[in-house]
Amino acid sequence: MSELISANLPYLLAGISVGGQYALIAIGYTMVYGILRLINFAHGDVFMVAGLVMVYASASLPIYVSVILVLVITVVLGVVIEKVAYKPLRSAPRMSVMISAIGVSYLLQNCALYFTGGLPQIYPAIPFLSKVITIGPASTKMVTVITPILTLVLIFALVFLIKKTKIGMAMRAVSKDFETSELMGIKINNVISMTFVIGCFLAAVGSLLYFSNYTSVIPTSGAMPGLKAFVAAVFGGIGSVPGAVIGAFIIGICENIIKGMGLTVFSDAFTFVLLIVILLVKPTGIFGEKSTDKV
Amino acid sequence: MKKILALLLAGCMAFALCACGTAADPQPADDGDTAAASGDTIVIGVFEPLSGDNGAGGKQEVLGMQYANSICPTVEIDGKTYNVKLEIADNESSNDKAVSAAKTLISKNPSIILGSYGSGVSIAASDTFAQAGIPAMGVTCTNPQVTEGNSHYFRIAFLDPFQGTVLANFANKELGAAKVYCIGQLGNDYDQGLLNYFKQAAEQLGMECVVESFPENNSDFNSYLTNAKNQGCDAIFAPTSISYAQLIVEQAAAQGINVPMLASDTWDSNVILGAAQGKDLEIYVSTFYAEGGNADFEAGIKEWINADSTNLSNNGGNDMLAAVTVMGYDAYFTALEAIKAAGSADPAAVMAALPGVTYTGITGEIAFDDTGDAIRDSAFIKTANVTDNVWDFVAVQGIE
Amino acid sequence: MGKKLKAKAAPEQRAGTVITIVLLAALYIFLFALDNALPTNSTTVMLIPVLQKGAIYALVCVSMNLLNGFTGLFSLGQAGFMLIGAYSFAIFSIPAAQHPAVYQYFDGGIIQFSIPEAIGGVLGENAGAFLGSILCILIAGVVAGIFAALIGIPVLRLKSDYLAIATLGFAEILRAFFQWDGLGKITNGSNLLRKYTNFHNIKIQVGGMIYQLDSIFPFFIATLSILIIVLLVNSSYGRAFKSIRDDEVAAEAMGINLFKHKMLSFVISSFFAGVGGALLAMFQTTVQAAPFRASMTYEILLMVVIGGIGSISGSCIASFLYIACSEWWLRFLDSGSFMGMSVPFFRDGFRKVVFSVVIMIIVLFFSRGIMGDKELSFAGMMRKRKKKQEAQAAKAATGKEGDAK
Repeated sequence: MSELISANLPYLLAGISVGGQYALIAIGYTMVYGILRLINFAHGDVFMVAGLVMVYASASLPIYVSVILVLVITVVLGVVIEKVAYKPLRSAPRMSVMISAIGVSYLLQNCALYFTGGLPQIYPAIPFLSKVITIGPASTKMVTVITPILTLVLIFALVFLIKKTKIGMAMRAVSKDFETSELMGIKINNVISMTFVIGCFLAAVGSLLYFSNYTSVIPTSGAMPGLKAFVAAVFGGIGSVPGAVIGAFIIGICENIIKGMGLTVFSDAFTFVLLIVILLVKPTGIFGEKSTDKV
Repeated sequence: MKKILALLLAGCMAFALCACGTAADPQPADDGDTAAASGDTIVIGVFEPLSGDNGAGGKQEVLGMQYANSICPTVEIDGKTYNVKLEIADNESSNDKAVSAAKTLISKNPSIILGSYGSGVSIAASDTFAQAGIPAMGVTCTNPQVTEGNSHYFRIAFLDPFQGTVLANFANKELGAAKVYCIGQLGNDYDQGLLNYFKQAAEQLGMECVVESFPENNSDFNSYLTNAKNQGCDAIFAPTSISYAQLIVEQAAAQGINVPMLASDTWDSNVILGAAQGKDLEIYVSTFYAEGGNADFEAGIKEWINADSTNLSNNGGNDMLAAVTVMGYDAYFTALEAIKAAGSADPAAVMAALPGVTYTGITGEIAFDDTGDAIRDSAFIKTANVTDNVWDFVAVQGIE
Repeated sequence: MGKKLKAKAAPEQRAGTVITIVLLAALYIFLFALDNALPTNSTTVMLIPVLQKGAIYALVCVSMNLLNGFTGLFSLGQAGFMLIGAYSFAIFSIPAAQHPAVYQYFDGGIIQFSIPEAIGGVLGENAGAFLGSILCILIAGVVAGIFAALIGIPVLRLKSDYLAIATLGFAEILRAFFQWDGLGKITNGSNLLRKYTNFHNIKIQVGGMIYQLDSIFPFFIATLSILIIVLLVNSSYGRAFKSIRDDEVAAEAMGINLFKHKMLSFVISSFFAGVGGALLAMFQTTVQAAPFRASMTYEILLMVVIGGIGSISGSCIASFLYIACSEWWLRFLDSGSFMGMSVPFFRDGFRKVVFSVVIMIIVLFFSRGIMGDKELSFAGMMRKRKKKQEAQAAKAATGKEGDAK
């Protein structure tokens, strides 16, 4: 029994840790989709940029100052993207906004390629997170343990924000009905900006945790975690914060179990199989609300 | 529908016009073979990855060529001195970008092409070079398929069947390994080739191999390393590119996996040393050159690297020499030898002269066999010194 | 009334057709000269691959436009179908003698014949390469179409962005399968497929002279395919597609079978994506699953957007422009110098930054693209000119009348 645990604990730890990091990214997707009905393809790349900012900031600044800088810059970047690339297209067809998101993603990746010169950048070690610890028979980085705890704390804070505060109420109203809430005097632009602030803040935290574990940042670093986080959001029911978190943990853990079974080729494909199955069986996800099309 | 056709047409006509426009450019477009040397300049094409997974290695290899070019920027043919110009094209470490990059190089009229780091891109561009009738010389691409079955591709590096066998021998004899966990990148010809040859050699020696592959852009190696541990492997063989190597080293250290790690020439880089520094790890690599082999040369190139901040950052931030840099240096001089032997900058003449070229380089004697491969029978084994952050020389290993 | 209009439009229509045919003939003569007669210099060396790749992407863009622009199905699976096409083509056209070298880790693979060789054995090598590759391209399209039909059954029930993400997912799953060692005897696992028929092998022999068809061949296939798509779009099926795009519910109410038409559009689009993939394989001379990732689909989508969603001529123009800029014209941005001056920020990757900024500007400020949903047509142009002249004449006439008063 103890052998079984010691053999499989590392998979579980890796799965929970990566699941927590996906969860933090997934919230950005699910909130933006809930309000704007937009798959923000650039979100994964914002996550990557957060990683790069940390690399460059820590080269000249103390590590804790850099951490704060990363959070600030990422949030500003997210809001700027919304104002520049999405806001002008608010009345345009949904496909146009999605294409704009793909364009932003392309731009961010190419800028990253230009600034890094195409070389992988090595993420600095954050003293507390990068410490190696042993849990029973397995040895791992501190960040593996911190991630799920921090993720849950942040999620509870977020749920509190959405359920109990005025801005949270406004968000819920806007995601229910965009036009009506505007008529009711809700300042739509503020709500949308706030959504991006929250989403990008969590993505920045996610990037701190993710890259502390996998210490190399390349221009396409954000693409796969971004897609997986999006799948997690769909799986949990897009628009639902707890759903996204549960989806993310399930994907993170399953992925590592599949690698452990030796089917490494299919570890990414599995995520998409899961996506298609859930779309066919329950298109609104496990926690999603049923929406009806009005003619 | 006519509209469409019309359109297609119009687009093409525009291109044709532009084409004529460019043709009238001040830089004259050269016709035919003699023109390759026009303007007293001979062009050597450099086909290397400057970005992507192999970007770091490719840049180091180019550094060697650039240094060689800086100390010997001319070549003398029939009493006339020509300037040698390096034209560099980035193949982005990607097989689908290789053809476009190769065509860009060909448009610069090179006499010979050097590269590439990474076998997949070399194989992908091989036919393009062949069609243009330009000879190519691989510097550190080690997959046999690069030179096999063609007459225009040569190489100065040893081959994977050799390297795989050397490493398998080393794992068996020196490390006493019985079961080896082998991991490589999916879709990478270099990784997959070496894994295959290592496995063949290892199984002949009575060792057991567990082979797994990871998809491109994967950054989570925890589960792979756990697999290695759970299967009871007593060595890990990971001939991956530098970017994945760094992640593997980091995560192995975090998981406390301290079985010896074996790797090929790609790992011979200061990036790996940086990742392994101060960690409880044992890393061995097989490579072309061990630092300390030629003091004069090393002093010269280090001074050159340190003198320019771009070079320094291309070399990974310090002046530690990678074997690929030295190989790049040797490749440049071998190419010059070939041009001298051909007595002309005409690619066809260079191609005809190449099989007979010999050159004594920093990494040893260079001569080509019938398939166009270098005749090399030994590799250097080095190990990472995690306290002093240098590579320690272990042995010169051949195959009996 | 309709008849009258048609009769009136006829002369322009005819003139337009003539112009088109003349221009097309000129293009093919130019391509033929490019392949055989024009001297090889630094311009033609770049022109040929740009034209080849441009033609291939024009076809792929048009096939995506059929789905996204004309049927209103936002699918992001294009790269997956191109992957299928590229592999189908390569697998059936690798010469038998090369199998052991190509499938070196899989004992030579299980498919031990080559279609171009089989045909070549009967009709001669050149005819074999030409007809064999056309047959292989057809197979590539059909295989891609069959996969599309299978994938379409579940996913076409999904709406807008869900459909997009599901097709994207399917493309990724396909990529994993083609890299899987378990299928290695067919797909060569994650290793390169190579040595198959490429554009350089396509030539014809006329009276003892051998003529290269390097760049005519992809143009020929692309023109033919685009022609078929245009005919389809202008048929009653095409009108059904457009009505689905404009309003699904209304279309259904008018008696259009939604699923049947969506499926038709999806399969045909995938068929041509497969054809495009086969041509891309020929262009690249080697094929591997890894590059057919989502970013390839994004790139195609951006070309369609630049050209104008719903405009076939726009897609064609945009793909040639895009390829020429990214592969050739903007290369100087990476070179570190401009017109002899050294510009420090012109280094590797700058080309792509400039390129993506331009794309963002187009997406944000010129969201209709180059053509909007209009088509470029000579007949249309002439009609417009005539109308303008008539209007001017009428204006002049009314002006005179006014003066007279």
